[in-house]
Amino acid sequence: MELNAVTIGFFIFTILTLGGAIGVVTTRNLFQGTIWLMVSLFGVAGYFVLLSAPFLAAVQVLVYIGAIAILITFAVMLTRSVTRIKERYIRTIPSLVVSLALFLALLFGVTVPIFGDYSSELAPTVVMTTRDLGLALVEGNGYVVPFLLASVLLTAAMIGAIFIARDEES
Amino acid sequence: MDLLNDANLLPWLIPAGPLLAFLIITLLTNRSKLVAASDQREYGGHHPDYDGMMVPVVNRYSRVISVGVGLTGVICALLISWTVLADASQLHHIGQEVLASSVAWMDTGETSFFMGVLVDPATVIMLIMVPIAVLMIFIYSIGYMAQDPRQARFFALISLFAGAMLTLVVADNVLLLFVGWEIMGVCSYLLIGFWFEKESAYKAAIKAFTTTRIADVVMLLGIAYLYSVTGTLNYRDIMYSPETLDLLATTTPIIFGGWTVSAASIIGIFLIIGTVGKSAQFPLHVWLPDAMEGPTPVSAMIHAAAMVSAGIFSLIRLYPLFAAGGDPHHGILTEPLAFMAVVGAFTALLAATMAVAQNDVKAVLAYSTISQLGFMMAALGIGAYVAAAFHLITHAFFKALLFMAAGSVIHGMEHGEHHVHEHDEHNHGHDHHFDAQDMFNMGGLRKTMPVTFWTFLIGGLSLSGLPIITAGFWSKDEILADAWLGIERYGSGAHALVFVLLAIAAFMTAFYTMRQIALTFGGEARSEAAKHANLGQGLVSFTMTLPLLILAVFAILAGFVGVPTDFPVLGPIFSPDYNAFHHLIIEALPLSEATAAYASLPDYHPHAPPFNIVPVATSFLVALLGLWFGWMMYWRKPLKAGDKDPLESALGAMHPILKNRYYLDDLYEKAFVKPSQWLGIQVIAFLDKGLIDTFLHLIGRIFTWLGDLVKVLNMWLIDGVGDGIPIAIFNFGGWLRRMQSGRVQQYMLLALVAAVLIGIVLVLTSGAVIAAQ
Amino acid sequence: MVPLWMYLAVAAALFCIGVFGVLSRRNAVAILMGVELMLNAVNINLVAFWRYSETGTPLLLNGYAFTAFVLIIAAAEAAVGLAIIITVYRNRRSVIPEEADTLKG
Repeated sequence: MELNAVTIGFFIFTILTLGGAIGVVTTRNLFQGTIWLMVSLFGVAGYFVLLSAPFLAAVQVLVYIGAIAILITFAVMLTRSVTRIKERYIRTIPSLVVSLALFLALLFGVTVPIFGDYSSELAPTVVMTTRDLGLALVEGNGYVVPFLLASVLLTAAMIGAIFIARDEES
Repeated sequence: MDLLNDANLLPWLIPAGPLLAFLIITLLTNRSKLVAASDQREYGGHHPDYDGMMVPVVNRYSRVISVGVGLTGVICALLISWTVLADASQLHHIGQEVLASSVAWMDTGETSFFMGVLVDPATVIMLIMVPIAVLMIFIYSIGYMAQDPRQARFFALISLFAGAMLTLVVADNVLLLFVGWEIMGVCSYLLIGFWFEKESAYKAAIKAFTTTRIADVVMLLGIAYLYSVTGTLNYRDIMYSPETLDLLATTTPIIFGGWTVSAASIIGIFLIIGTVGKSAQFPLHVWLPDAMEGPTPVSAMIHAAAMVSAGIFSLIRLYPLFAAGGDPHHGILTEPLAFMAVVGAFTALLAATMAVAQNDVKAVLAYSTISQLGFMMAALGIGAYVAAAFHLITHAFFKALLFMAAGSVIHGMEHGEHHVHEHDEHNHGHDHHFDAQDMFNMGGLRKTMPVTFWTFLIGGLSLSGLPIITAGFWSKDEILADAWLGIERYGSGAHALVFVLLAIAAFMTAFYTMRQIALTFGGEARSEAAKHANLGQGLVSFTMTLPLLILAVFAILAGFVGVPTDFPVLGPIFSPDYNAFHHLIIEALPLSEATAAYASLPDYHPHAPPFNIVPVATSFLVALLGLWFGWMMYWRKPLKAGDKDPLESALGAMHPILKNRYYLDDLYEKAFVKPSQWLGIQVIAFLDKGLIDTFLHLIGRIFTWLGDLVKVLNMWLIDGVGDGIPIAIFNFGGWLRRMQSGRVQQYMLLALVAAVLIGIVLVLTSGAVIAAQ
Repeated sequence: MVPLWMYLAVAAALFCIGVFGVLSRRNAVAILMGVELMLNAVNINLVAFWRYSETGTPLLLNGYAFTAFVLIIAAAEAAVGLAIIITVYRNRRSVIPEEADTLKG
């Protein structure tokens, strides 16, 4: 594996992603946790760039870091008791065991069969532009039905969120 | 099956008409309406239990239809009978050739039991007599039953009666004969008890039924034994087959030293006992006089056309069996023949003596029937086969005539009584015990009911055996001639007994007949009712008169078919070549050529008894003497109202005995009925209280115990299991509910564990798949 | 060039860290953050497979489009989830799912 910009970028993003993730699950302070989450999601956005999906990377940054992380921050701040929670974890050991088992299962079940397969080179580069995605989402033989369903889902989620979070008294 | 064109099949249809009529009337045309039991005009049944109740009465429409249907059935039977007779006359030699057909009715092991019809000479004579007599009775019934509330029922039953009789007549085996026999038993029960509101009627019905039943059981035993010995019940196979008769005569199941009884004798006696019941011979005669409780057409049916004739007819049918092993024409009687001779002759005399002292117009006729049936039975007993058959036919005609004429008299008397009541309501309002059947209330009816008088006279004279001109003379004379032949040639004691007893009985017959005629029709009216007695006008009168006239012709002319060939003057006129009746009926018996080879069998074809002055003179003498005595005693000096019967003083102490029928009914009442009832009560008490109750209690206890057992089982088995399962489920659920902790993360943990395990399995198996590739 | 398995390995690691967070954290918001991590791991996989799969097939944009949809789902999930958390907190003064066990059998 030659050392080039891509591989260096990959390692940097790996460190960001996994480090951020570990920060998310280990920090006592949830406010800090959201910061770690942003770091991790940013790393994922970097992967998207490496994988020739710049649009997704942009959306990742916009939606996750810009919207969801902020939303979580708000939630944290709205529920003030968060910092008063003494113990961070419950069922630490079983969770750890299950997580590791899952990881190993994924590692040996999915990754190992293609481990060291350097021949699996990138497919011939296709530059997918945002225009292509947009066309695919509204084309009859593309993803118009999932697109519509997603629209409905978003609307429903929005209404549901408003309804659920609405103050009863008001 | 082409029933109408095949002469062998046509006899099947003879009983069909009346039987169909029975079904049609029973099922379709018995529509009734309800009237109050107090309605004398519509109902008139007089039963205290029915007071204030509604009773069903056949409505007018159904009456007309049922009468029409019944009459049509009988006319069909008559026409088909004539067709069959015409077919039979085409046979070259009836007897050797017969019209017969049968169907396999029941498989009995390796062989089949066949039911079928047979027209042989014995059937022929019955087919001449029965349909005509029955038709006359039907026509007469139209008038006689015109006002009855249960007319449809009457015609249905009497149709069934006629159908059963015709079935019996055309049957080709003993079992089918027995079927017809038993159906007639039921019909007689239902018809004798037709006016069941009267206690005497239903008691008479029960008496008739139980008495004949006793005999029928014995007869059935005889039939069963016959079947077990021969393997068949067909007449032709038994009665016309010398081999079978020889087998029966030589099989001797009972041997006491030198006294052997053959199977033929045992079977014969059993079958004769059946007839003793059916034809009302001593000692089972008691039911027949009571049978007059039924409507008069029923009496005529029972006494003439059907019931009692069936008994004698069966004896005629089975005669070869009785005679097998003996030779009556040579003075050798078998046990059944001797039994018949003794019982018949004794009954003939006994019943005649009882008839002498009766005051009821129908009772006299009833006893005369018993007496005349005794004549026939005695005749058969001495081997006078032809004479018995002859007397059966002539008797049926004149006895039907007499009964219907007597019925007319009663009807006329009731009519007169009704008339008197209407005009003299105040004086006779209390007089409800008027007996329209008591001859001492009659008298002088010859003026008001002339047709009835003349026909009754003809019938009565025929019964008395008035020489030469009446049918009864020829048949009785022939019996006496046969008896005399036995005495003269072989000095047979049985023949002598029969001759003497029958001669005395014939004398008494003439006497009581004259007494009856004189008391009924002679002199002056002894009651208001008798003074006004008549049959009225219109259809009732017509239908009750016409049969009398027709039967009167037969009562005279039927005798001339059997005039002996060597009878002076008349023989050459009526029987120039041969005695027609003798010639016909004797062919029902096995041929002489066939029986000659068997030592045990007699010659069934004896010559007719030659003309002898002794029996003929006896016949003349007893008939005329009896009539003269009767004339002297009753007609010449007519009784006035309230006069005593001159016979009372003449007979002295004997009169009450005779009048009370030798107290036989009382004896039976005390000896059989009362003990039977007592026994019945005891048996019921024992069965009911002792046996059934014990049994029931035992069952009750067993079930209580079982219940307890089940209860215990229930408690620990059913409840244990039944409750245990829910409890186990409940506990299991309680254990399981701990899984539902409500903790989302816990759920997720478990889900992931499952996912990991599933994933591992998939990975391992897919690895195997990859390795395989 | 970075081989596919590396991406897969990183995604698996990220996923498992998310799982651990979801299973073990007491705070509902933290659990939600774990879920977000899991979703992102899936996204990495989808895009990586898309990138490394044979192109020129009708499945040309599958991975790409699916990632977009997952983002949408994630946004919706976050909105609704946080709304629920806030409601629960408002009612129970707690954001600990362990204490919200009204459904306990």
